[in-house]
Amino acid sequence: MAAIVRYNLLTKPQLVATLPGSLQLQRLQSTQAPPAGTPPPQTKTKFGPLADEDRIFTNLYGRHDWRLKGALKRGDWYKTKEIVLKGPNWIINEIKTSGLRGRGGAGFPSGMKWSFMQKPGDGRPKYLVVNADEGEPGTCKDRDIMRHDPHKLVEGCLIAGAAMGAQAAYIYIRGEFYNEASNMQLAIAEAYQAGLIGKNACGTGYDFDVFMHRGAGAYICGEETALIESLEGKQGKPRLKPPFPADVGVFGCPTTVTNVETVAVAPAICRRGGTWFASFGRTRNSGTKLFNISGHVNNPCTVEEEMSIPLKELIERHCGGVTGGWDNLLGVIPGGSSTPIIPKKVCDDVIMDFDGLIAAQTSLGTAAIIVMDKSTDVIKAIARLISFYKHESCGQCTPCREGIGWMNKIMTRFVKGDAQPAEIDMLWEISKQIEGHTICALGDGAAWPVQGLIRHFRPEIEKRMQQHAQQTKRASN
Amino acid sequence: MFGLLEVGLLALPRLCTLGRSLHITSMRRRSKLDACNMYDKMKFEFTKENKARVESLLTWYPEAERQGALLPLLDIAQRQHGWLPISAVVAVAEVLKIDPMQAYETAKYYTMFHMKPRGMYVVAVCTSTPCFLRGSDDLLKACSKMLRLEPGETSKDMQFSLKVDCCLGACVNGPVVTINDDLYEDLTEVSLESILSDLKCGKVPPAGPYSGRCSSEPKDGATTLLIDPPPAGYKMQDLDDSGEK
Repeated sequence: MAAIVRYNLLTKPQLVATLPGSLQLQRLQSTQAPPAGTPPPQTKTKFGPLADEDRIFTNLYGRHDWRLKGALKRGDWYKTKEIVLKGPNWIINEIKTSGLRGRGGAGFPSGMKWSFMQKPGDGRPKYLVVNADEGEPGTCKDRDIMRHDPHKLVEGCLIAGAAMGAQAAYIYIRGEFYNEASNMQLAIAEAYQAGLIGKNACGTGYDFDVFMHRGAGAYICGEETALIESLEGKQGKPRLKPPFPADVGVFGCPTTVTNVETVAVAPAICRRGGTWFASFGRTRNSGTKLFNISGHVNNPCTVEEEMSIPLKELIERHCGGVTGGWDNLLGVIPGGSSTPIIPKKVCDDVIMDFDGLIAAQTSLGTAAIIVMDKSTDVIKAIARLISFYKHESCGQCTPCREGIGWMNKIMTRFVKGDAQPAEIDMLWEISKQIEGHTICALGDGAAWPVQGLIRHFRPEIEKRMQQHAQQTKRASN
Repeated sequence: MFGLLEVGLLALPRLCTLGRSLHITSMRRRSKLDACNMYDKMKFEFTKENKARVESLLTWYPEAERQGALLPLLDIAQRQHGWLPISAVVAVAEVLKIDPMQAYETAKYYTMFHMKPRGMYVVAVCTSTPCFLRGSDDLLKACSKMLRLEPGETSKDMQFSLKVDCCLGACVNGPVVTINDDLYEDLTEVSLESILSDLKCGKVPPAGPYSGRCSSEPKDGATTLLIDPPPAGYKMQDLDDSGEK
């Protein structure tokens, strides 16, 4: 599940950090010198394509050896000791300078998140938990990292762990990824044998362990507190926040839960510098990103690209275009199943980054792009997602448990057209009643696709109702 | 008056046992081997190799938080036995020194623990939106026809179980089917048929994409990563300046 964070739960300095670039810039201009860790201003106006030498995941397609030997050749574990010895402040400063925002869906600034762990300790150990419970329909980027570049993740764990002063990292991987977990486990074993992690990791005098934990098939365990519950051997049901995991996390200790991609890019940022990473993408949306393009394109694929690349260019360049040409496009779900769908006229010039998609009333999420051409039954496609959410609701909060059940029932009838136009407003109302009224963001994630459908495809739904009414009338005559 | 009450009290347990036995017979009729029935009949014990696995797994979790190992241990038990009988859940709870009911509750929550016997090959067809757009519904129908099973059913010879899954996590390679732990990607009805007929002969075909591509690159040839990966330390920043420890 994508990490979606509600903004009303954030404190004021955290909120400021997530403000759109222009506002942030104004704040900065009012003070004389920007504080350390401020990303440099972006001067470029055209983004993408990314040069091959600037790609972080150089073995994304598994063409090279993924084991330690191959990873060393590609530059993993190079001068890791020196990076760790630079100290936590230096690492966090680099991450802050890079402008990296969490890659799991919420897009929270990673440098700030990691710095929450720097509070003076009270004797409890600290943990880093890597969220590899990738289950959002459309998203499959972490799978490619874990099966083809596992050492990037292991090294990232060490560097992120060192920045937080964590004692161990747990990688929570979804249960279905058995072969990916095997690759990860082998990579961890290799790293232990080479003395890269474990006691005196990389010869830095710092002890750090990495453990794998396989889940058992629950989408909701991708929510950070549910993941923590599951890691503790309980039912994966989200906890109420506060206390936040940074105070009371896994096993009652301070914990940071981060996405695989966020952790895996950290070594590259530390090596080539935060300013290098910040040179890609618009301000506040910097970096490179793995995009998954699935659905009705000629060549569905996973590709690493620069942030802020236009959607159209991304699809035309890497996926051989939409099936039947760009004019055959119906709509796109731009960030995994929880994000609202956007129709073709928005897709024409939308920019793939956090701010660009928020302006289009949707969200970057995990950057999993689901493309639908004109042959698609869009109501059925969204109904599929709702039945998925109904299946995956943990049942703790009534709005989500009951509300998604009702949405599913209504959507099933909408697919056939067996409903009244007034029920569209009723469905909208239900989705609004779910959104924001649950412990975790699964309820929001279920409500948004429906809202996107109604916002952009209402005539389609009404047309189907008319057709169904005519058919039943004809049948009764 | 007292006599009546006494009779009533005496009759109560008899009624209870009658009710219980009725309940059990009706359950037996529904499914021959239910997890609850197996409780008394089957004693579960980890094999020697699995005991070693359990021991090493337990060291991964803090001393006071052994319960964390519950999911991996249940998984080991399920792999050993083929499915997860209640006696195995109790055995795992004993290892972790937790309440068996707590272990049972957790096991019931997760969809990957099968509390009923299942086929040797569990065929799960993904029907989530990305796979649906690439034609997974037809694939499910074809699969159902080939195996002569409806989704959720297990064949009588305990060879195959058919399952509909929500998202298997390989969306750019859709439509996707998993058979036990392996993902079969980019499937068509033809390639699925050959996979299933191989399985029926006891051969496990290789996993991965069936469209000729290697993993998740564009099938008409990669558009990126065309050069060899840059060597170690390529364009690395100087770590010696701004020395801070």
